[in-house]
Amino acid sequence: MSIVSVTHLDKVFEREGLAPTVALADINLEIEEKEFICLVGPSGCGKTTLLRIIAGLEKPTSGDVRLDDMPIAGPDPQRGMVFQEYSLFPWKSVIDNIAFGPEMKGISRQERREIAEEYLDIVNLEQFRDAYPHELSGGMRQRVAIARALANNPRVLLMDEPFGALDAQTRNVMQKELLEIWEETKKTVVFVTHSVDEAVYLADRIVVLSPRPGKIEEVIDVNLPRPRDRTEPVFADLRKYILKRMEEGATVR
Amino acid sequence: MDNKKKNLLRRILIPLTSVLVVILLWQVIAVYIIDNPFTLPSFTQVLDAFYRDLFGPRGTLATDIVVSLYHFLIGMVVALLVGIPVGIAMGWFRTADQALNPLVEILRPIPPLAWIPFAIIWFGLTHASAGFIIFIGAVFPILVNTYTGFRNVPKVFIEAGKVLGCTSSLRQIKNIAFPSAIPEITAGIRISMGVGWMCLVGAEIFGAGTGKYGLGKNLWTYYNLHQMDSVVVYMLVLGFIGIVLDMVFRHYVTKQTVRWQGQEV
Repeated sequence: MSIVSVTHLDKVFEREGLAPTVALADINLEIEEKEFICLVGPSGCGKTTLLRIIAGLEKPTSGDVRLDDMPIAGPDPQRGMVFQEYSLFPWKSVIDNIAFGPEMKGISRQERREIAEEYLDIVNLEQFRDAYPHELSGGMRQRVAIARALANNPRVLLMDEPFGALDAQTRNVMQKELLEIWEETKKTVVFVTHSVDEAVYLADRIVVLSPRPGKIEEVIDVNLPRPRDRTEPVFADLRKYILKRMEEGATVR
Repeated sequence: MDNKKKNLLRRILIPLTSVLVVILLWQVIAVYIIDNPFTLPSFTQVLDAFYRDLFGPRGTLATDIVVSLYHFLIGMVVALLVGIPVGIAMGWFRTADQALNPLVEILRPIPPLAWIPFAIIWFGLTHASAGFIIFIGAVFPILVNTYTGFRNVPKVFIEAGKVLGCTSSLRQIKNIAFPSAIPEITAGIRISMGVGWMCLVGAEIFGAGTGKYGLGKNLWTYYNLHQMDSVVVYMLVLGFIGIVLDMVFRHYVTKQTVRWQGQEV
């Protein structure tokens, strides 16, 4: 049975004085346990909206979204999320940021520190334990944000263009580290990006969305062994194919 | 000359010289040009008066300081107790904002000293009536800054909190919005302390308070007695305490927030 299941999902944004925007139309998607899914598409295709609906931060207009066969009613710690913007709490140190989820669950100070230490270790930032977010680089902040999301031990990790604000080199390093974390923690990951390269590097399956209204254009299995080599012809071919599909999706309508 | 010495010279010697030169000028002008202690008491006369007001048999400076600080404390404590919760309510709940905003906007532009008649009618000649005027002056900067701080909480902090299990309004206020708004709230408190201290003098001069002690009260008494040297003493003491209050507050707040802001407050 799939862990996340989306059926006949529609999302329409009503805005005063303007024609309603159909952000998502008839989305059907089954996400399997421990799978790494990438949602790609041009801006305005609703990929972030879809992610936010799975997170519970937006409500669907119609359709059904379930986690472990339970309807998603609102945000809760079952689905961890990493945002594109820096979302660490600047008034909390790194360790206390990571411990925030356990703190909300009412876990004792001692115990939640231990949990946080564990995830601090996973993202290799032990030496920044007591630093404050403003003292960290962009890549480090996102690593802390990943640790913070994982510290709640969520069923699914949702990531909304988490590396979008990073430079290309840091981005590649972060992708590699994310895969290591994913292999270590065996989490289901849903990752939104507009970079096809990133999607091909990371994903087990790539969901290509087309814009206005956001529709699933195609779901592509990526059967390349990891670690993947960006310079290999198969990698390039796949990237080319997806880009072509995205272009078609954008021009047909 | 090495850099450290140069620094010392710049930081201490130059400002000190400048102050000393002005004191000297003041003394010379007061003694040799104006020659009238009512128009301009000299520096040495002011020093004498300071000694007299503090240690002399009829000096009340120490009591005046304590009483004025007490008025100030009453006003500030009530302003914090009212300003912060109301600011939070208005910044967080739309209904509270819509209901209270017109009231705040009507009351806010009224100069605090215009409340003195009612302060005396409502509270009588008590410390509370002086405290009330300081409260009126201090509450709005605190309220408005708390409101702004809550309005400006980045949406991503709230959403990050929600997905981490911080879902109720109360918990979001306590764990996310309030800490996020602290820099704005403390800036508001700092402004309100300055305004409150200014209101203090007016309130006491115009008769709020018990009518016996207070820096503003007795500054006015000495004016009526034409003891202008003591008036200058009280002016300087008022200024000095104002600075000290601000420094103490800034020191405390800097300690608390500089860690995570990475900048001076």
